[in-house]
Amino acid sequence: MKISREEIEHIALLSRLYLSEEEKELYGSQLSRILDYMEKLNELDTKDVEPTSHVLPLCNVMRDDILRPSIPKENALANAPDHTDKFYRVPKIIE
Amino acid sequence: MKYEAVIGLEVHAQMLTDAKIFCGCSTKFGSEPNTQTCPVCIGMPGVLPVLNKKALEFAIKTGLSMNCNISQYSRFARKNYFYPDLPKGYQISQYELPICEKGYIEIIVEGEVKKIGITRIHIEEDAGKNIHGEDGNYSFVDLNRAGVPLMEIVSEPDIRSPREAVEFMKKLRTILRYLGVSDGNMEQGSLRCDANVSVRPIGQKEYGTRTEVKNINSFRFVEKALDYEIKRQIKVLEEGRKIIQETRLWDSDKGITESMRGKEEAHDYRYFPEPDLVPIMVDQRWIDEIRKSLPELPDIKRKRFVSECSLPDYDADFLTSERQLADWFEEAVKLGGQPKIVANWILGDLLRLLNEENKSIEESPLKPKQLVGMLRLIENGTISGKIAKTVFSEMYKTGRDAEIIVKEKGLLQISDKGEIDILIDEVIAKHPKEVERFKSGEEKLLGFFVGQVMKLTKGKANPQMVNEILKKKLSH
Repeated sequence: MKISREEIEHIALLSRLYLSEEEKELYGSQLSRILDYMEKLNELDTKDVEPTSHVLPLCNVMRDDILRPSIPKENALANAPDHTDKFYRVPKIIE
Repeated sequence: MKYEAVIGLEVHAQMLTDAKIFCGCSTKFGSEPNTQTCPVCIGMPGVLPVLNKKALEFAIKTGLSMNCNISQYSRFARKNYFYPDLPKGYQISQYELPICEKGYIEIIVEGEVKKIGITRIHIEEDAGKNIHGEDGNYSFVDLNRAGVPLMEIVSEPDIRSPREAVEFMKKLRTILRYLGVSDGNMEQGSLRCDANVSVRPIGQKEYGTRTEVKNINSFRFVEKALDYEIKRQIKVLEEGRKIIQETRLWDSDKGITESMRGKEEAHDYRYFPEPDLVPIMVDQRWIDEIRKSLPELPDIKRKRFVSECSLPDYDADFLTSERQLADWFEEAVKLGGQPKIVANWILGDLLRLLNEENKSIEESPLKPKQLVGMLRLIENGTISGKIAKTVFSEMYKTGRDAEIIVKEKGLLQISDKGEIDILIDEVIAKHPKEVERFKSGEEKLLGFFVGQVMKLTKGKANPQMVNEILKKKLSH
């Protein structure tokens, strides 16, 4: 199944990826091959099989509503490309 | 042509847990920016979120109180989008298997009970907060709110007017507060509302094209924003144009909704099952346990106040709008107060005095026991109903009992016949003209004479006795 150029551009935009012309070509054909493989899987009759969303036989892993220490704000902010002494700083958001 | 509005609401309520939904950071509001975060809620690589059990219980409680089915099997999903307040690049939410579905709540509109369907209630995490500062080139992000547990409550498009939407929001808030699962504070953003709105000619079955109105953050704005949007859509249709399906932002300063252009593309959220969290299984035993822990809910309480206490619908509805208000009322009735009289004092003087100081009923310096004590003094004739108003404000001001106030201020009712005789004689002697007019048939002047006696005694004379004696004396 061939993915159109528009679809590639749309997916790239949603993923905030800036692709060159060659990359669009390359990823387009790779994604098409992945979809082809999915098509192949679709040939299997799975109407009596529960869809799997987790491979582990686990459920209800929870914790109690108990506070644990947060990290110092300096440590949190240190990971950001840009910050002030209190906030993460980002390019102006236009609403 | 006559149009009707079709409205569905999406309400986000912050849950009153101590810790965030997937980590142990505090949910406290108003702390210093970026001091309540950890690697989980700021989306560092390699961390694992773990669900806060209380958040799930709160959602189940809410679902049960809104007559929903609780899903035996439920799971989380990733909602993918980029925004600076969303550190992971996705929000952990629920999509095709929410925890609660298919319920309803009841609202009262123009004296009629109306059911509004609840499509679903799901659990998700809140995003951080963007601050747009003085500096024109930057925005600033505080992630303290990122990961605070939210419930999203989605209604069916059963709402037909802005008034109904407000009643729905109020009832929702009342229920959340009864349950103690959210403080329901719209101004502080712990209760937020988006609305799906369309209009159609009355009689038409199909829905019109809808718009989504966002950023409605007070009860007053719910009504105003919807009112505006409905009128705007009708105008568009009457001019022969088409409604564009879009998201519109309510601007409370300008009092209008405005199109958010160019966001269409971002609405491709690519939901998929959250691989970091395992599914939730809720068995019947757990549901029953939670059901048992539910308090008496406002609708049931309201109906009980009407049937057991013979209160009018209006009084019962108002008194049950806050659990603490209903509790105050019930305590006073339990202590022997006549229900309707207690209701009158609460809805009248007590709420007025509390409102003047912006106080809630829990902060009332006047307790149910004191109101009942004062009502006894009225019943046994110690004070008049008129003086009671003074006693009531004095009790409120000082927190002291009625008996002490009456003694200290000399407010005892004058019920001594001899004393009242003398006072009435005095009033009659002072107003010969009015006496003449009364005798020649102007009977409504009786009120004037009663008033004069009351003035003379600063309201302390027993009004019934004054009435009787006056009538006797004037008819001679």
